[in-house]
Amino acid sequence: MSTPDAARPSAPAAPAGGQSEAAARAIRATRNSRRWGSWYVAEHRFRVMRSYAQTVLVTAIGNPVIYLYAMGVGLATLVDGNLGADAVTGVGYLTFVAPALLCSAAISVASEEFTYPVMLGFKWNPIFYGMNASPIQPGQIINGLVISVAARMLVTCGLYFGFMLLFGAVPGPAGFLAIFVALLTGMGFGALLMGYTSTLTEDTGQLAMVMRFIILPMTLFSGTFFPLDLLPLYLRWIGWISPLWHGTELSRVFAYGAVEPLWLSVAHVLYLAVLLMIGWLWARRVAVRRLNK
Amino acid sequence: MSDPVIVAQDLRKTYAGFAAVDGISFAVERGESFGLLGPNGAGKSTTMRMVGAVSTRSGGSLSVLGLDPDRHGPEIRSQLGVVPQSDNLDTELRVRENLLVYGRYFGLPRAQVARRADELLAFAQLEDKAKAKVDALSGGMKRRLTIARALINDPSILLLDEPTTGLDPQARHILWDRLFRLKEQGTTLLLTTHYMDEAEQLCDRIVVVDKGAIMAEGSPAELIRRYSSKEVLEVRFGSSRNSEVAGRLQGIGDRVEVLPDRILIYTGNGEAELVRLTDAGLHPITSLVRRSSLEDVFLRLTGRTLIE
Repeated sequence: MSTPDAARPSAPAAPAGGQSEAAARAIRATRNSRRWGSWYVAEHRFRVMRSYAQTVLVTAIGNPVIYLYAMGVGLATLVDGNLGADAVTGVGYLTFVAPALLCSAAISVASEEFTYPVMLGFKWNPIFYGMNASPIQPGQIINGLVISVAARMLVTCGLYFGFMLLFGAVPGPAGFLAIFVALLTGMGFGALLMGYTSTLTEDTGQLAMVMRFIILPMTLFSGTFFPLDLLPLYLRWIGWISPLWHGTELSRVFAYGAVEPLWLSVAHVLYLAVLLMIGWLWARRVAVRRLNK
Repeated sequence: MSDPVIVAQDLRKTYAGFAAVDGISFAVERGESFGLLGPNGAGKSTTMRMVGAVSTRSGGSLSVLGLDPDRHGPEIRSQLGVVPQSDNLDTELRVRENLLVYGRYFGLPRAQVARRADELLAFAQLEDKAKAKVDALSGGMKRRLTIARALINDPSILLLDEPTTGLDPQARHILWDRLFRLKEQGTTLLLTTHYMDEAEQLCDRIVVVDKGAIMAEGSPAELIRRYSSKEVLEVRFGSSRNSEVAGRLQGIGDRVEVLPDRILIYTGNGEAELVRLTDAGLHPITSLVRRSSLEDVFLRLTGRTLIE
């Protein structure tokens, strides 16, 4: 065999014979992956989640029991006993705090599922590269992650809401809509977190910083345990930019009919949806860049 | 020569001004076992990634199964099996599960993937490890599982990047045996290696790559014939004396290479050369006569050894 350089014309633009057959076969074989690839990735994630299903369930059941009891029953006795049973925005403390706890639960799923698996896939156990060696595209990997986390979050929020009902914390008839508000809250925040985590080539403590200096203050100062109005004006911005505040306020509208102008409710939804889109597109862009070495 | 499945012409990849692949051209025929042989950093893996349609080329043209990776990445990848340099199996899943999820990426029905997974576990001699955790496998087993995973879609072309690096000799031989079977079945293999024995065992044709460029191309036997002598006499005089002795070797052998630890004398007849050496009053501490290998070809072409 001679060197190919001299003997061969440049790469075929319109392949002929056996080549076009192989090309046609390749194009046929890829139809499913192009259409359903994101779901295949989600399927993979579900299988992984199954390996820690116990943890998922224990936290999904344990958290609402503990938090609703501690805040909604324990602390509520103190608050309601001293201030009256309708002292916090017109309802009892349990009713006030429960929608916020629901949204926090969604945030906590997001902070787990959009950090560790992302670092894992790009770096620690680089399965994203393995996926990308198949017909799966970088954007589909991110989509699959988003789908699987949304599913887990929905289960968590659904269970949480069930416990809220058991504790008698949901007087409003449209209360169940709070589940979807919590989902949007968790996904809006989580998508941003996913975008940020996907840019990390090494975890030298950045994720711990996010937990400590973003998630914790956000949980404390988003009108979660007390109305945002009680904060001095110069601290209220924390709430306004916080996805948790937007989610909590809106879920209170559905859970017990908290009163706010319609434009504000629409603004909550838009804000969370915009965060979700920004984070999602950000992560997809980073994935395309990182997986194409 | 009529049916190339991979055609690269003047293929280039640059990273921030550095040319990792600097204009290489080659063509791989259907059913052929084609090797890229070169030291670490020669641009082999980069070439593999471009062929694998996961790395956009900086220049030149590339066609895999008649398709352009820039436009038909997923389509090309649907026909490939990829064994990367370092395993990226999902350690959160069990052995068989790794095959199941991977098969789905190719859009194959669940039942078909399950059947194929069992066949491949048998092929990879991992049947009794089906439910084991990936981390519990030895290095050789992980490699075999990675190869099994790469075969889940019954690929037309199998890309293997340094398939046996880091494995012990026994594990390498098991792996070679499996790869040889694939070759017999007509799977096109494109592999990179810096092990000359691996290239000799598995490749019909080789290109020797160094610093992003092709130095030579041919079958292992052709390359040895063209760039080396039939035999090599290796002598050691002790590391401090090797270079001093080298000056006195004029007229001995066709060609002499002085390495830090030994002197290589290229010749048609190693034993005869050794006799001439001792007749000249030179008494090496150790001596060895062997057949020429691709290592010698590489040394001749680049002035360096493959593993430095």
